[in-house]
Amino acid sequence: MAGHRVSRPIRPGLTEPYAVRVGLIVVALAFLVVFLFVPFVFIFVEALRNGWSAYVGAIESPESLAAIWLTVLVAALSVPANALFGIAAAWAITRFDFRGKRLLTTLIDLPFAVSPVVAGLIFVQLFGRQGWFGAWLSNHDIRVIFALPGIVLATIFVSFPFVARELIAVMEASGREEEEAAGLLGANGWQMFRRVTLPNVKWALISGVILCTARAMGEFGAVSVVSGRIRGETATMPIHVEILYNEYAFQASFAVASLLALVAVFTLVMQTVVARRTRPVVADEALAAELIES
Amino acid sequence: MAFTVLYLAAIVLVPLLTLPVKSFSDGWGFFWSTVSDPRVMASYRLTIGASFVAALVNGGLGIIVAWVLVRYDFPGRRLVDAMIDLPFALPTAVAGITLTSLYAPTGWFGQYLAPYGVQAVFSPLGITIALVFIGLPFVVRTLQPVIADLDVELEEVATSLGADRIQLVFRVILPYLYPAWLIGFGMAFARAIGEYGSVVFIAGNMPMKTEIASLLIITKLTQYDYTGAAAVAFVLLVLSFALLLVLNALQGWSAKRLGY
Repeated sequence: MAGHRVSRPIRPGLTEPYAVRVGLIVVALAFLVVFLFVPFVFIFVEALRNGWSAYVGAIESPESLAAIWLTVLVAALSVPANALFGIAAAWAITRFDFRGKRLLTTLIDLPFAVSPVVAGLIFVQLFGRQGWFGAWLSNHDIRVIFALPGIVLATIFVSFPFVARELIAVMEASGREEEEAAGLLGANGWQMFRRVTLPNVKWALISGVILCTARAMGEFGAVSVVSGRIRGETATMPIHVEILYNEYAFQASFAVASLLALVAVFTLVMQTVVARRTRPVVADEALAAELIES
Repeated sequence: MAFTVLYLAAIVLVPLLTLPVKSFSDGWGFFWSTVSDPRVMASYRLTIGASFVAALVNGGLGIIVAWVLVRYDFPGRRLVDAMIDLPFALPTAVAGITLTSLYAPTGWFGQYLAPYGVQAVFSPLGITIALVFIGLPFVVRTLQPVIADLDVELEEVATSLGADRIQLVFRVILPYLYPAWLIGFGMAFARAIGEYGSVVFIAGNMPMKTEIASLLIITKLTQYDYTGAAAVAFVLLVLSFALLLVLNALQGWSAKRLGY
């Protein structure tokens, strides 16, 4: 999944003949140019094709601004919830032994295996008019589906595993010794977490939160099922992009899409930065291991 | 601990449980007649077929991309490496409209296909293109660490025993990469099965022809056929879980094979 990054030394010695090397590089680059680079550039070309003022105009339209505001609000509500859960889950899984731990770890990944449309559907079945809680909700005049709560719930579901995954991987690798030492020295649970665990997992947490935010802002399938796609009201940015595109307002659609593409670029850049921050630690450990062995 | 389990149950488990319950709420007969309906079956065939082909394309080109990124140096390698994750970071709807506009008969790519009578948009080909895009990172990202760990000594031994480069690639390197490749392939395949956003725009959504399963769920929902939507979704969910289990088993097998 995203976030895997490897330090890759280029090894001398055995390699393919020059012609084969060039050939493989050309094939790989051609594939990536057609499938990644051109589509990415195309978003901005289309967004700017009627000039800068048309671009700004499309983004500043009341409906676009409403979509941007809603998207930020949804992310601001769902990301902290998942970050909190991620910390709790990683703490429970890596610091305690209990039955069903493997099952819990698998269950955390479950939302990745579920189609976004199915993710939306299950919340409609719970809270929709015909749903399990539908009658109770409508009696109390509470709207979940086709309203903000439904969008937030579906978003929490699809962006659920990111923080937990990143944290579990790092906390598993770092072991329990440091916390145990802190405990012996008289630290309470909160001090242990604040002073020992958090500094160790800081970058993994940041990385998880960034991935979670990107997904939360960009979710389309699940949100289009629960939101009802009411323009200016329950349309998040991806939904607004769809509405504009289906109305043949291509330039405006790509203008809003380009903002999401910028979020994606920011995510990729931050991933690279975080990977570079965490890599030296790993290298040090490898060096230490080698020194011990010799 | 308690918070972890409660949150997981409230957000993931209980909502997912509604699916089998709802699917069978009108009896086994209704469930069966829904999912065996020709239109539903056609959507499953298309979804699985296009996902499989897209995963194969990513499998083949993914090996080359991963190999080139790990083993060779060329200008812009780091940039290319960073961009591999773009399909993960880019919202699916943005990918969808972009690919549709590019492959439309008047688009940047479509204009070169149209003279040959190849129609990419509103066809299974377009669906496959979208699925190649969203599945692109999986094979590359699972293979990269394995290629980086590939022991140079292994290659040296084979060479000193008289293997030429071609024998080395096909009898030593590829068998070594196979478990990781299969995991990457499986992940790309699983992701494609449930994909919605990047496909709806380019698919054209014609029943029996270019209608994928996720879209059919939404169609049934908009017709207030909740039980039908749940039934179609339940089959999709079971399929994803089966793939997830196979992938977990594969990961265990691969770890053993690589001696971790």
